[in-house]
Amino acid sequence: MASLNKNNAKYIPFFVGWALLWIFIQWNVLLKFGITETEAIVDSYLSNILLAASCFMVFNNMKYYLPKNEKYWYIVAVSFVLSCCWLIIIRVILWYIFKNDEHYISTLQQSSTIRFGFAFLMIGCMSTISLLYYTQKDQQRTIEQQKEIQQLAKDAELFKLRQQLQPHFLFNSLNSISALTATQPENARHMIQQLSDFLRGTIKKDDQHKNSLAEELQYLELYLDIEKVRFGHRLKTEINVAENIQQMELPSLILQPVVENAIKFGLYDTIGEVTISIAAKKEDETLVVTVQNPFDAETAQPLQGTGFGLASIKRRLFLLFARQDLLQTKTENDHFITTIIIPQAI
Amino acid sequence: MKCIIIDDEPLARMMVKEYLQAYPDIEIVQECNDGFEGIKAIQQYQPDLIFLDIQMPKINGFEMLELIDDPPQVIFTTAFEEYAIKAFETHAADYLLKPFSKERFDKAIQKLLLQKNNAVNNTQAIVETASRSVVQSNRIVVKDGGKIKIIPVPQIQYVEAADDYVKIHTADGLFLKKKTMQYLEDSLQQQQFIRVHRSFIINTQLITRIDPY
Repeated sequence: MASLNKNNAKYIPFFVGWALLWIFIQWNVLLKFGITETEAIVDSYLSNILLAASCFMVFNNMKYYLPKNEKYWYIVAVSFVLSCCWLIIIRVILWYIFKNDEHYISTLQQSSTIRFGFAFLMIGCMSTISLLYYTQKDQQRTIEQQKEIQQLAKDAELFKLRQQLQPHFLFNSLNSISALTATQPENARHMIQQLSDFLRGTIKKDDQHKNSLAEELQYLELYLDIEKVRFGHRLKTEINVAENIQQMELPSLILQPVVENAIKFGLYDTIGEVTISIAAKKEDETLVVTVQNPFDAETAQPLQGTGFGLASIKRRLFLLFARQDLLQTKTENDHFITTIIIPQAI
Repeated sequence: MKCIIIDDEPLARMMVKEYLQAYPDIEIVQECNDGFEGIKAIQQYQPDLIFLDIQMPKINGFEMLELIDDPPQVIFTTAFEEYAIKAFETHAADYLLKPFSKERFDKAIQKLLLQKNNAVNNTQAIVETASRSVVQSNRIVVKDGGKIKIIPVPQIQYVEAADDYVKIHTADGLFLKKKTMQYLEDSLQQQQFIRVHRSFIINTQLITRIDPY
């Protein structure tokens, strides 16, 4: 028999109290029929404990099998069968124990009908309660699931919106191009071309699409090149990729927002040169990418820095892999480290 | 006429410099990478005009202005900051959205030359509006001797009035800021702060005991 879960455990005292009440009643009634004290106690305890066990069984079974059609016939049938079994068992056991006392045996035989009726009602009530209880729970779960589905759809939509370019990045890049046109037209043209490639990348990829690490890094380079034109004097990058992992796969455009976050965090939280380190390696059939940026522990505002950008990546990883632990952040000696773990399909 | 360009992106400064070539009267005395350099340069050169970016390292353009006692005229240059644009529009200030054209730039300069005196009051009002933005409501920037200190708002224990200044008490000590109590009360509004007295604003999160009086 299955064990009770935590939620149902709170009903146990009530259940036990109810059984004790009926033990007491039956004991009293039996005494009135001129049955000895011992017989009355054994009889009432045995009958009611067995009955309680049957009720408990019904309640527990409903957890795993909830009849959808003809449920009331199901209740009647279950109650009937269980009451019959129960009656036969207690009659056999009680007859076996007290077979020498004729008065008791005849009372036992005469009271069979009323015992059966009582058990039938008890088990019937219990099954009805269980049925209602689990049906209601089921409905609640369905409602919750629907809510969650709606929320997910909404999130997906929001996420799509979020995936679009940071307007700040776009306008500043355009401004840089504008500045270059007069004095360095060649560079301006080069940057326009890079920005176009970058934009094309963000438009065409869908959420489920996977890229090889090599492709993703290439795309990242494009982004970093643009940022370096903007912050040339301050921004340095180090990319460190272990050998033989170029073909490992990861969701498209997952790295760029992390790096963007690191750059934003690094460049706006410190003064002077900023080095963003990106490293990728293989670890137990997963691809582990770490992005590291300097920050000022004293003034950093986690809410502002790690808020929206990383939360949406975490969400995306969760939607793709159903795991919450794939994006981790930590701080180490004035460095902020973001780690992304990408499980590989085997 | 002296001017300073403050922007963390060199190409953005180059853009302004290029457009300014058409104005021989306006002399660029300094270019700054961030707000700290900006404050130093403004104190040193006392310029008539600054071109100021909003999003910059450590302290943003508005926070820099807050630390200057007598700010010069400002032309804001920004790419995309919703709260900044809101602040500008509330006070009809002139601002240049990057990337901006030469025509737009000329218009801003002309407008500025015409209404010289109004502009300064306007700057104060803009800074005040901007101080209520999400970014800035989390922290307060003060001058601490020669240095600039950024105080996260939750670390403020209480604020006390002191003539033209307010004293900001934190676990690290006491900092002065040249602002009114009203100004601080407004910018700390969203947080757990209460003005318990004409001269005191306290952080309700840090209350350990209340004595009945």
